[in-house]
Amino acid sequence: MTTLSDPPSESFQLSQLINDTRYRSYTFQFIALLLLIAAIAYLGSNLATNLREAGLNISWGFLGDSSNYDINMTLIEYDSQSTHLRAAIVGVLNTLLVSFLACLTATIIGVAAGVLRLSNNWLIARLMSAYVEAFRNVPVLIWILIIYTIMTAVLPTARNYLGEDPESDLILGMFAFTNRGVYIPKPVFTPLGWVVFAIFVASVIGVFAYRRYATKLLYDTGKLLPMGWPSLVILIVPAVVFYFLLGMPISLDRPDPLANRFNLQGGVSILGSLIALWFALAIYTGAFIAENVRAGILSVSKGQTEAAAALGLRPNRIMNMVILPQALRVIIPPLISHYLNITKNSSLAIAVGYMDLTGTLGGITLNQTGRAIECILLLMLFYLTISLSISAVMNVYNNAIKLKER
Amino acid sequence: MKKTVIFGALTAAGLAAGAASAATLDDVKARGTLNCGVSTGLVGFSAPDANGEWSGFDVAVCRAVAAAVLGDPMAVEFVPTTGKTRFTALASGEIDMLARNTTWTFTRDVDLKFEFTGVNYYDGQGFMVPKALGVSSAKELEGARVCIQTGTTTELNLADYFRKNNMDYEPVPIETNAEAQQNYLNGACDVYTTDSSGLAATRAAFEAPGDHVILPEIISKEPLGPLVRHGDNEWGDVVRWTLNALIAAEELGVTSANIDELTSGTDSPEVNRLLGTEGNLGSMMGLESDWAVNAIKAGGNYGELFEKNIGENTPIGLSRGLNAQWTEGGLLYSPPFR
Repeated sequence: MTTLSDPPSESFQLSQLINDTRYRSYTFQFIALLLLIAAIAYLGSNLATNLREAGLNISWGFLGDSSNYDINMTLIEYDSQSTHLRAAIVGVLNTLLVSFLACLTATIIGVAAGVLRLSNNWLIARLMSAYVEAFRNVPVLIWILIIYTIMTAVLPTARNYLGEDPESDLILGMFAFTNRGVYIPKPVFTPLGWVVFAIFVASVIGVFAYRRYATKLLYDTGKLLPMGWPSLVILIVPAVVFYFLLGMPISLDRPDPLANRFNLQGGVSILGSLIALWFALAIYTGAFIAENVRAGILSVSKGQTEAAAALGLRPNRIMNMVILPQALRVIIPPLISHYLNITKNSSLAIAVGYMDLTGTLGGITLNQTGRAIECILLLMLFYLTISLSISAVMNVYNNAIKLKER
Repeated sequence: MKKTVIFGALTAAGLAAGAASAATLDDVKARGTLNCGVSTGLVGFSAPDANGEWSGFDVAVCRAVAAAVLGDPMAVEFVPTTGKTRFTALASGEIDMLARNTTWTFTRDVDLKFEFTGVNYYDGQGFMVPKALGVSSAKELEGARVCIQTGTTTELNLADYFRKNNMDYEPVPIETNAEAQQNYLNGACDVYTTDSSGLAATRAAFEAPGDHVILPEIISKEPLGPLVRHGDNEWGDVVRWTLNALIAAEELGVTSANIDELTSGTDSPEVNRLLGTEGNLGSMMGLESDWAVNAIKAGGNYGELFEKNIGENTPIGLSRGLNAQWTEGGLLYSPPFR
């Protein structure tokens, strides 16, 4: 027997949308949404009208036209007959390259500086705080220009290396540091060369497998396998053995000082502008990362260090196995935004003539075609996509290392 | 939410473009100053002197227009623009006219919606190299590293020239002439290419101009001239005929020295029409009748301006060449004032 009867079926009245607390918030949200849509529609139509009146129409046709300009650094095939779209892709790849290099370097510098700043050695700690304060308090554009200017002013001109009787010889016969950039030899692979390369890649995987196995063995049985020299052997020996077995199938294309009177030819030239941009971004952002790392380490209770020391761990093991893994949970989230900053700051590339996306699509293409709105929209879309992708990847990593609450 | 921001920004851009197409002549008169876009510094054409006063050949055109419209050659607000920012500055209405060694091309005239009001310097793209390299022709530049100002027609001419001659090169894009100069001088590039007048002006600023040669090849036509926004024909007329007045004045023998004397009346009807003592050409354009007198007094006629700023007796040392009057074998030819 039940004492509850069905609730009286309520008849819904319009006034309830305002007066009934159950519905009120939805009503207001709906009204706000309508207003927002109306505002966007108004702005959109306003834009369309104004563009029409100014005689400008949005059109993407220019992306298919030939670009008619050359780019000094291209990771893919490109010449002045390629399309504007391809020029944009060249720019995208250049942006990604410098961002990747700078992120990697900034992380290494940042972690090292952050850890060293907490060092008990007074001199090292002070040096690191000087580094952090100097670099993070000067705009990155200034650093880019400073490094580029120093490079072009201090390093010798490429002409010093040229000719039959040059002023300076190539270092080891294959490296040259000039104010135009750094010249290094380029490996040339024959088909057998690729086999050697594949074996080397397999060795790298092998090293990781070995280390994993050794760790597992350590945890399971307490038996400690040596890590250092076996890794080195696995890494180097197979590739070297096969290199000679297959008859030295990889040769080096060295920079040639005799090719012409202007420049070293052949090999790989790493442009001075790339180096300047890369290092400026890396040391500038490295200073910020150092502060994050320091904050992360300080966030781990001192009791952890003392407990680890009581267990007999050596200081560098305490750092690597106890402190840093816990500190990472504090370090990673702000690190994501530093990576985003590097990617976005790389758009300062034009200051030193590095052709990133802002230089090709947002620079020359925009200028030569006059399609400003389209180019800027594409630029925004690209930087947005890249930033969101970096965030997504880093968030996955963050989830993997964050404190597992059980 | 992100969409809103995009549309908001675009709308702002759209509104700015809409607002810019109003009557520029009235705006300038109401404001009392002319906003004139010039380069960020090219000795002889437009550069601030030791006192911060802008001077040069392009600057003189701005001053002449200001004198014609406002009666005061000093009523000019100079806005330095780079190769990249100049068109945006003009299209957005930040400047009323652009006098910045800008090449008249089809796409700039038609597609970018600007109006070139004439040519104040007939130029062509050339190359400068250090003498020590021993290069005597642009055909020997295979493999060279070339500094170019980005966002200019020189970039496209260069790509075309090297492709046509089947040569390789490495372009080094640079924002301003000053940076290009620095890169060229410390050997970061072998060659500097820009309009040959620009090369001469840049070389004049070097410590040892004699160590650098300008190669004989001229690889393009670069008619440089002032430009205004499309669609404001009254303002376009003012700029066009001010430039023509300077050119016609040289042809008719009107100089800053004899202009006061000529203004009191001459036997030549054309001079009288130009100087406003006969007819009403000024009021047809909405200007005072002595507009051309003021324009010429601002710095002199075309020939005087040329000699004073970039001529053979200046460090830049350009000869008249194509920029002589048509009567002397050049290309300068002003339509008649009637």
